Amino acid sequence: MDTLHADLMLALPELALAVGGMALLMIGAFFKSIRPSVVNVLALGLFAVIAFLVWRQPAGVQASAFNAAYVVNDFTRFAKLVILLGAGLSIVLATRFFDRERIARFEFAALMAFATLGMLMMVSAGGLISLYVGLELQSLSLYVLAAFNRDNVKATEAGLKYFVLGALSSCMLLYGASLVYGFSGTVEFSGIAAAIGGERNLGPIIGIVFVLAGLSFKISAVPFHMWTPDVYEGAPTPVTAFFAGAPKMAAMALLLRVLFDAFPNAVADWRQIVTFISIASMALGAFAAIGQTNIKRLMAYSSIGNVGYALVGVAAGTEQGVASVLIFMAIYVVMTVGVFVCILAMRRAGGQAEKIEDLSGLMATRPLLALAFILLLFSYVGLPPLPGFFGKFYVFGAAVEQGLWPLAVIGVLTSVVAAYYYVRLVMVMINGQPGEPFEKTMGGELRIVLVGTMAFSLAMLLVPGVLVDWAGTAAAALVK
Amino acid sequence: MTIGITHYLVVAAILFTIGVLGIFVNRKNIIVILMSIELMLLAVNINLVAFSTSLGDLAGQVFALVILTVAAAEAAIGLAILVVFFRNRGSIAVEDVNVMKG
Repeated sequence: MDTLHADLMLALPELALAVGGMALLMIGAFFKSIRPSVVNVLALGLFAVIAFLVWRQPAGVQASAFNAAYVVNDFTRFAKLVILLGAGLSIVLATRFFDRERIARFEFAALMAFATLGMLMMVSAGGLISLYVGLELQSLSLYVLAAFNRDNVKATEAGLKYFVLGALSSCMLLYGASLVYGFSGTVEFSGIAAAIGGERNLGPIIGIVFVLAGLSFKISAVPFHMWTPDVYEGAPTPVTAFFAGAPKMAAMALLLRVLFDAFPNAVADWRQIVTFISIASMALGAFAAIGQTNIKRLMAYSSIGNVGYALVGVAAGTEQGVASVLIFMAIYVVMTVGVFVCILAMRRAGGQAEKIEDLSGLMATRPLLALAFILLLFSYVGLPPLPGFFGKFYVFGAAVEQGLWPLAVIGVLTSVVAAYYYVRLVMVMINGQPGEPFEKTMGGELRIVLVGTMAFSLAMLLVPGVLVDWAGTAAAALVK
Repeated sequence: MTIGITHYLVVAAILFTIGVLGIFVNRKNIIVILMSIELMLLAVNINLVAFSTSLGDLAGQVFALVILTVAAAEAAIGLAILVVFFRNRGSIAVEDVNVMKG
């Protein structure tokens, strides 16, 4: 009884989120008169409670529950808080947008809760079974969210494409997991790490390749990125903002957990794979974005490129590398939310504007918005005083430390190429002919979020040590 | 000749490959894609159960049961999305999933 009680208490955040998500569903189903935006606010409150519960989980210890199927340490705590932040901000972005588009439904809040629950499970998975269940809970909720605007051809097509390719990737991951299980005789990460040792055996290597292929789908790394542009374009904009943030962080954290907890003795093997997908993602993210005219598609290629940069830190395979990935992803999640606030503000009488030329002359019509947008874009480029610079700096630094010079050089070169399309956006905003101005429908909550991202940028400049130290402790808990 | 673990693994590998081909080669119907996904999941289950018996470890069979459950949920979600897509587009042919080019 005592162990059961201890196990349940350790998994309290997930349990509370599961119960809370179902409660949201019940509230929406039984109180027909309640407005969807009210359910969204309830979901936000739920996320705040969960974040508090995660925060007060034991720090500095490695704890596990349910026969090591569920793991808690500083690393999972860091990743979970970033995920909850990304998911919560997406709900803030979504509420007024869905009301205006007349597609507001209470299911949105419940789906967000279940998707987030899946992400928290992924991050805390201690074995292949809990990994799979968490991943599927997240993916299934995300498929529905992509097709949330169900009377829209683009949105349903996005949902369909996401579903087919996501299911394919889950199958690949599972096939790899079955091979890893067969050759190590256990589904626990620690047992797998002990069983897959120094000697080279083809079976587990094939398993690792399949698992990595499946996870690459989830982080949308090349060559498994095909779904990203279409899903980003088709899904409702706040949902796209969500896709670009929290699930990327969750999948990246899961990738790190699998690589460092289950396969720490095969670094030389997976480093080659990670290096390859990293270079391919950086290159494709930089070159394919150049010709884009839709800003959401542009953001898709931008996220592919950014995942490539994060993978540079993974390829380093060290504690420093893991810390750099965490710093990079945390900064990326916050910056992405900021950019999507700007994209949501692009609204005209006919509906949401999504073309890049719609931004023309924004500097003249909405100077403050344009300034914030430009700062965020320059942060993506990685210009020095902005947070994006710190992210890339640590990631490339970790790679150089391990003698991966070529990887860092390619990273810097592709950053320069990527700078071209970000700067093109900035030029359009400053030099373009002002078109019909956007409606001033930006709600107070969006202003607060945008100011928040700016405050975050300032904080990264003044006290970068807070995030860096915290990511360092988290990485130390993962890499033993 | 006794049927050993290798035979099961080969069957599973063949089924998995057929499933992958079913997704990429198929140019007709999205329902066929859903069937291919089921086929791949079942191939994984054969793998897991075969390993489980040969290792004498129950975890593989538990994993297979979990996969069966999740596969049911996955099929339900997939069909639901397919239905709303059909309402908007009036077709479930693979070549008609082309509003966005990527």
